[in-house]
Amino acid sequence: MPAVEETVERVREIDVDKYKYGFSTDIESIKAPKGLSEDIVRFISAKKGEPQWLLDWRLEAYRRWLTMSEPEWANVHYPKIDFQELYYYAAPKSMDKPKSLDEVDPELLATYEKLGIPLSEQKVLAGVEGAELGTARPGVAVDAVFDSVSVITTFQKELEKAGVIFCSISEAVKTHPELVKKYLGSVVPTSDNYYATLNSAVFSDGSFVYIPEGVRCPMELSTYFRINEKQTGQFERTLIIADKGAYVSYLEGCTAPMRDENQLHAAVVELVALDDAEIKYSTVQNWYPGNSEGQGGVYNFVTKRGDCRGKNSKISWTQVETGSAITWKYPSCILRGDGSRGEFYSVAISNGYQQIDSGTKMIHLGKNTSSRIISKGISAGHSNNTYRGLVSAHRKASNARNFTACDSLLIGDQCGAHTVPYLEAKNSTAVFEHEATTSKISDDQLFYCMQRGLSEEEAIALIVNGFVRDVLQHLPMEFMAETQRLIGISLEGSVG
Amino acid sequence: MLEIKNLHARIEEKEILKGLDLTIPTGEVHAIMGPNGSGKSTLAYVLAGNENYEVTEGSVKWNGEEILDMEPDERAATGVFLAFQYPMEIPGVATMTFLRTAVNAVRKARGMEEYSTPEFMKVVREKANELQINPEMLKRPLNVGFSGGEKKRNEILQMSLLEPSLCVLDETDSGLDIDALRIVAEGVNALRSEKRSMLVITHYQRLLNYIVPDRVHVMADGKVVRSGDADLALELEETGYAEFGGKAA
Ligand SMILES: Nc1ncnc2c1ncn2[C@@H]1O[C@H](COP(=O)(O)OP(=O)(O)OP(=O)(O)O)[C@@H](O)[C@H]1O
Ligand SMILES: [Mg+2]
Repeated sequence: MPAVEETVERVREIDVDKYKYGFSTDIESIKAPKGLSEDIVRFISAKKGEPQWLLDWRLEAYRRWLTMSEPEWANVHYPKIDFQELYYYAAPKSMDKPKSLDEVDPELLATYEKLGIPLSEQKVLAGVEGAELGTARPGVAVDAVFDSVSVITTFQKELEKAGVIFCSISEAVKTHPELVKKYLGSVVPTSDNYYATLNSAVFSDGSFVYIPEGVRCPMELSTYFRINEKQTGQFERTLIIADKGAYVSYLEGCTAPMRDENQLHAAVVELVALDDAEIKYSTVQNWYPGNSEGQGGVYNFVTKRGDCRGKNSKISWTQVETGSAITWKYPSCILRGDGSRGEFYSVAISNGYQQIDSGTKMIHLGKNTSSRIISKGISAGHSNNTYRGLVSAHRKASNARNFTACDSLLIGDQCGAHTVPYLEAKNSTAVFEHEATTSKISDDQLFYCMQRGLSEEEAIALIVNGFVRDVLQHLPMEFMAETQRLIGISLEGSVG
Repeated sequence: MLEIKNLHARIEEKEILKGLDLTIPTGEVHAIMGPNGSGKSTLAYVLAGNENYEVTEGSVKWNGEEILDMEPDERAATGVFLAFQYPMEIPGVATMTFLRTAVNAVRKARGMEEYSTPEFMKVVREKANELQINPEMLKRPLNVGFSGGEKKRNEILQMSLLEPSLCVLDETDSGLDIDALRIVAEGVNALRSEKRSMLVITHYQRLLNYIVPDRVHVMADGKVVRSGDADLALELEETGYAEFGGKAA
C-alpha cells in the first residue's frame, strides 16, 4: 500500500519538534472583551444577530454553569483554567460572512491552502496536484471555521439540489430556525456537564447539517476547525440531523498554531438519527499537542453524543486522536430506537507529555439494540493514555448486545496506558463481551523490520499502522492515506 | 568477501561467541553445522546487528568495510540479509505492504530508483510464482498464521526481492516438507552468483544435497572448530558432534 510507504516518507522528512500546522495567520480580528460574564454572552448573541429565544437559552446555560464545578474524575492533570483570562469570541475583521469565495479574505484562503484544505470549488473538483496532508478531495464539501466563525461553506448549491442543508450553525439559526430550535440541546442538554454547559452559553459557530427523509447525501461533508487567535477559546457547536432513511458521512479536522500558552477547545457535537437513518461521523484531531517539554498545546474538552432516536437507526463514530495536550472526550450513542446500532472506532495516540482520557458510552434503551467498540491506544514518550468506556442496558432493553475490544500499545517505558470499562446491565438478556490487551512493540519485531532495511522510526510507523488497521478502515477512503502519514508523524521522536 | 576475526559476543553477561574466525570469499557458499546451543543463531544475529548481543572483541568486515558499527538497516542497505530461524509476525501489516516498504527503503538507500506500485506488483508476482507462493497469501498480515514452511518460503521471497550480497540463512530448511525443501533450495540456488556470498546454517545434510556448499564448518561452543569441503557434512551425519565435545542432541 503506497500510504504506508508515504508514512515512512513523511517520517523521514519531519524535523523533531516540528508541528506542521504551527504557523499563525496575521489577520486583524474583532474580539469580545476578555473574560466571561452575562454581558459577554449577550455580546456574542448580538454579534450573531440571534433571536431572543436563543439568547435566553444561552443565558440559562451561563447561569447554570456558574453553579457547576470542573470535573476531576478523568485521569488528566493540568493547572486550573482561569476562565476570566480567555477571549470568548474572535472573528477575522474582514468578515461579515461573505456570499462567495471571491469575497473571502485572501489571507484566509491562503491559510486553508497552506493547511491543505483548498476552498476553491474548482480546485477541489479538479484535485490539486502534489497536495498533501488534508488534501483536496474531489466531492467533499467543507465548512471552514476560523476561530469563532465559519468563513465559508463550499458546495452549498449542489447540496441544496439534493435537499441537503449544510451551513454554519449561525446561518441555520436564521434560515432554518424551526429545525435548530427543535434539535439544539436535544441530545446534549444545556445542563449536561461543565464544558457542554459552558459551550451552550458561549458557542460561537460550527456546522449544521440536515439530510431530508430518504436522501443519501451525495458527497462527504466536512468541517475544518482552526484556532488562530491567542488566548482564545474555541467553542463550536455542531448539529447533524439525518431524517428517516437518510444517510450522511461527515468528517471533522482540526489544527492550531504552536503557542506557548494552552488553548481551550470545548466543543459540543449532537447527532440525531431518525428511523432507518445512518450517520457516520469521523474525526481526525490534530490540535497542537505542545512541545517536547510539555509546554503549550490545546486542552480539548469535548462532548459528542449521538441519539439513535428512530428504529433501526445507526450512528458510527470513528476518531483518530493524535493532537492536543489534553484530550477529554467520549463520543457516545444513545440507542433509543428499537434495533438501533452504535459504533465507536478509535485510535488515540499520545506522545511527549500528552494526556488522553477518552472512550465512549453506549446506552442501550431500546430493544434489540447493538453496539461495537474498538479502541486502540498507543502511548509513547512520557504520555498517559486512558480508555474509559461505559456500556449500559436499561431495564427495557431486551437483547442488548455489545462487543468491546480495547488494545493498548506501549512504546518505551516512560508512558502509561489504562483501561477503565464500566458495565451496567439491568436487563438479564443483555450480552456484553469485553476484550482487552496491552502489548509493547517488541525489540524482535523492530529488529526484524530493520534487518529488512527500515529505519527504527519507519519500523515503528509500520507496526503501529498495522496495530490500528481495523479502525482506520472505517475512515472514509479519502482520509486513510493521510491518517497513516499523520500517525507516522505523531510518533516522531518516540524512540531514541 | 566476509572476514570474521576473533569475534566475541555475549548476551546478558553470558559469553556465546568465543573468538570465532571465518572467511567467506565472494561468490562462495559456506555451510555451518553444529550442536544446539553452540551459537549459530547468535552469529547470524551479530552479523545482522541485533542489539541484544554485545560484541566485546573482534571484527567483521564485509568487502573490506567494518560493519559492526552499523545499524541493522544500514547493514541491510550494504547487502546483508538474514533469513530468520523464527520469522517475526507483524499483525495488521499486509505482507505485500511490508515487502514493498522494505524493498523501496533498501533501493532508496542504495541510490536506486524506487519501484512504482505496478512495477513492484509485477516483480513480486514473478518471484512468488517461482517459489510457488500463492499470491493470496501476500494479502495476509506478515507471517501471522503462516505455517512454519510458509514463513520460511516468505523469507526466501524477501531475500530474492532485496537482492542482498551477503545471505545468511538460519535453519531455513527446518520445518519444510520434501517438496518445499526442493523449491526453497532452487530459490536459493537461483541467487547463487559470483557477486554473492552465502552462509547456510543447517542441521541436516539433506539440504546440502540441493545447495552444494563450497565449504562446511563445524561450530562448537562459540568457535569454528573444524572446516572441510562438502563431504564433511556427510561425515558429520555419521559421527555426530561427540568429538567436538557436543552432547548428542
Ligand atoms: N537471552 C539469553 N540469555 C541467556 N542465554 C541465551 C540468551 N539467548 C540465547 N542464549 C544462549 O546462547 C546459546 C547459543 O544460542 P543460539 O541460539 O545461538 O544457538 P544455536 O547454535 O543457534 O542453536 P540451535 O541449533 O538450537 O538453533 C544457547 O546456549 C542459548 O541458551
Ligand atoms: Mg539457531
